[in-house]
Amino acid sequence: MPGTSKSEPASLKHVASLLWRWPSAIACFGMSLLLVSGQPAAGADLEVTIGYLERLQPPVPVLSNLETTPVDQGLAGAELGVADSNKSGKFLGQHFSLDKRIVEHEGDLLGAARELLGATKLLLLNMTSEDLLAVADLPEAKSALLINVSEGDVALRDRSCRQNLLHTIPSRAMLADALSQFAVQKKWTRWALVEGPQPEDKAFAEALDKSTEKFDIDIRGRKVWGFGADMRRNAAQEVPLFVQSFPEHDLLVVTDERGDFGRYLLYNGWIPRPVAGSEGLRPDAWSSAVEQHGAAQLQRRFTGAAGRSMRSIDYASWAAVRAIGEAVTQTKSNDPAVLRAYILSDDFELAGYKGRKLSFRPWNGQLRQPIPLMHPRAVVAQAPLEGFLHQSNEMDTLGIDQPESRCTSF
Amino acid sequence: MHLLQYYRPFATALMLSLASSTAFAAGEIWVSNEKDNTISVIDEQSLDVVRTIQVGERPRGITFSKDHSVLYLCASDSDTVQVIDPESGEVLNELPSGEDPEQFILHPDNRHLYIANEDDAITTVVDVESRKVVAQIDVGVEPEGMAVSPDGKIVITTSESSNMAHWIDTETHELIANTLVDQRPRHARFTADGSKLWVSSEIGGTVTVFDVESRSEKAKIGFEIKGVRPDRVQPVGFELTSDGKYAFVALGPANHVAVVDQQTYEVLDYILVGRRVWHVAFNGDESLLFTTNGVSGDITVIDVAKLAPTKTIKVGRFPWGAAYRPNQ
Repeated sequence: MPGTSKSEPASLKHVASLLWRWPSAIACFGMSLLLVSGQPAAGADLEVTIGYLERLQPPVPVLSNLETTPVDQGLAGAELGVADSNKSGKFLGQHFSLDKRIVEHEGDLLGAARELLGATKLLLLNMTSEDLLAVADLPEAKSALLINVSEGDVALRDRSCRQNLLHTIPSRAMLADALSQFAVQKKWTRWALVEGPQPEDKAFAEALDKSTEKFDIDIRGRKVWGFGADMRRNAAQEVPLFVQSFPEHDLLVVTDERGDFGRYLLYNGWIPRPVAGSEGLRPDAWSSAVEQHGAAQLQRRFTGAAGRSMRSIDYASWAAVRAIGEAVTQTKSNDPAVLRAYILSDDFELAGYKGRKLSFRPWNGQLRQPIPLMHPRAVVAQAPLEGFLHQSNEMDTLGIDQPESRCTSF
Repeated sequence: MHLLQYYRPFATALMLSLASSTAFAAGEIWVSNEKDNTISVIDEQSLDVVRTIQVGERPRGITFSKDHSVLYLCASDSDTVQVIDPESGEVLNELPSGEDPEQFILHPDNRHLYIANEDDAITTVVDVESRKVVAQIDVGVEPEGMAVSPDGKIVITTSESSNMAHWIDTETHELIANTLVDQRPRHARFTADGSKLWVSSEIGGTVTVFDVESRSEKAKIGFEIKGVRPDRVQPVGFELTSDGKYAFVALGPANHVAVVDQQTYEVLDYILVGRRVWHVAFNGDESLLFTTNGVSGDITVIDVAKLAPTKTIKVGRFPWGAAYRPNQ
């Protein structure tokens, strides 16, 4: 809104608050400030326990031996979120703590979930789609506020959505739409698609199918990757032949979420074409290349605390904790129902180092967020791109928009 | 060398005569270029860059001592505040600033610098005479905006990620209050009479005005520019005219400066400037306003009486802050 609005001195959202450091301060300022702030004095502190539940995934074999998935992926982001929230909370009499349960791949996830739900109803969940739904459907989770930090499954935001499950990790639909917008802007609208053999690769390809239809991009050729060979030795011979039969295209798109074979497509094509999707130009929630909009500060804090660079699941976990923290700051409550209502309201805004205020979609609980398109060393563009307009929020050009949502639980 | 020594008295005399024969005593605008490790010095009269000075890494906060005899500069990535001789451009010494100093404010006593340490959630107080840290005050995450009340009793630090203005008692160096503002507060200024505090919120898209005595919110100013999508309108740096008339608010990636009535809080006008406008600074009589445009790497000069841009001056990469130095 332009212009100004005069507000009452003690409006809920902008209350003055105090840090009592020494008794004389109370004597000097106590009366006047209490009148101003309506804020609980020291002693009326608010404790907020956030649960973190993760099922470890079995390591998957990939062709390259160079990288391993960090064992604290997700958890490290949540821990930084709690540290950040406490640095603000100490001025407001709010204290945040993390209660974590990491379950082995074959372990009793639901047992751990019940135990954790006994301690807190505010939970971050780092697990697969199937596990997420199992936890969300527990009777103990009915009144809980659960946040999915790991799974991009589109169905979780659509037909399979649950009213108690929010999402800070972008859906595959959001990532696909980000790439499509970039391709349209570049006029690289003739694609060839190499689909990986894993279920998640198929899911990403399906999201790309839907997105390319929406943005009028032509997938002119597609193949499923089927090589068992070790591409470190054979890429130069195998890949050009594999992609040779594709019709003329502007962009070679690959779905290979676990990072198995996609890397060998770069610079190995039959014709010189940029690679995008899971390799090359990659849409994702976060990576070490994100530095604008103050992101460098978050990167430095994370690297300082975790000893490695921040990944998408770490970012989603950080954002989940910060969303809860922001809601606690504004509502002065730790009641999951109060927090959920505030988080899904128009008043909620989160500064997430992406240059726009982040908020949740009230129709399916997805965190709206810009999606950077990156190669390992730089952000090339950030969707929503200029020119992709929306009647209410341009970030809703990415992923499932309200009119098309089949989520009925919200 | 010998020649120079020989001619120095003559050169000085010549300079003096030149200065005295100039009807208008032109000052300079000093601009910190964040990604060039330089300062561009602009002549107030010719509006040209007359000097470029090499400084420490990632120069951001920039301010002169009250008598303009030295320049203080936050060299953020060098983790220091550099004290620079404005005549020679040489670094005289460095102040212990704490890590990653971003913005600072010089107390009216001309002796204490209050520095926001962005990475450490601390405000550091440095005595510029003894060059010692006097106090470190815990504040919220990513402290940035700094302001001091005209009477010197209160210093404000805003914390970008905690969304607060922290009120610091300058006698005790203790926090006396923390007031919530909208997301990502960037900058703070007291009005010249000390009765109001203005705080900009970059992501919130607002400027909050507090009544200083009660520390209560007096008004909240929003912005709307035709043709610019609302979440690109991000208030960052701003300055208030000392006559109590205007506030000039840089709106970041909206590439405009808003002109706000200091008394009614109405937005009077939007002035188109360069890309990602970050901070603004007045010349001595507040007839001109200089805006640092980070992405386009230039400065827009605004005529305050006409509320119109008059010139664009190319400087270094990512100009961040600016400070005025009157003719000495």
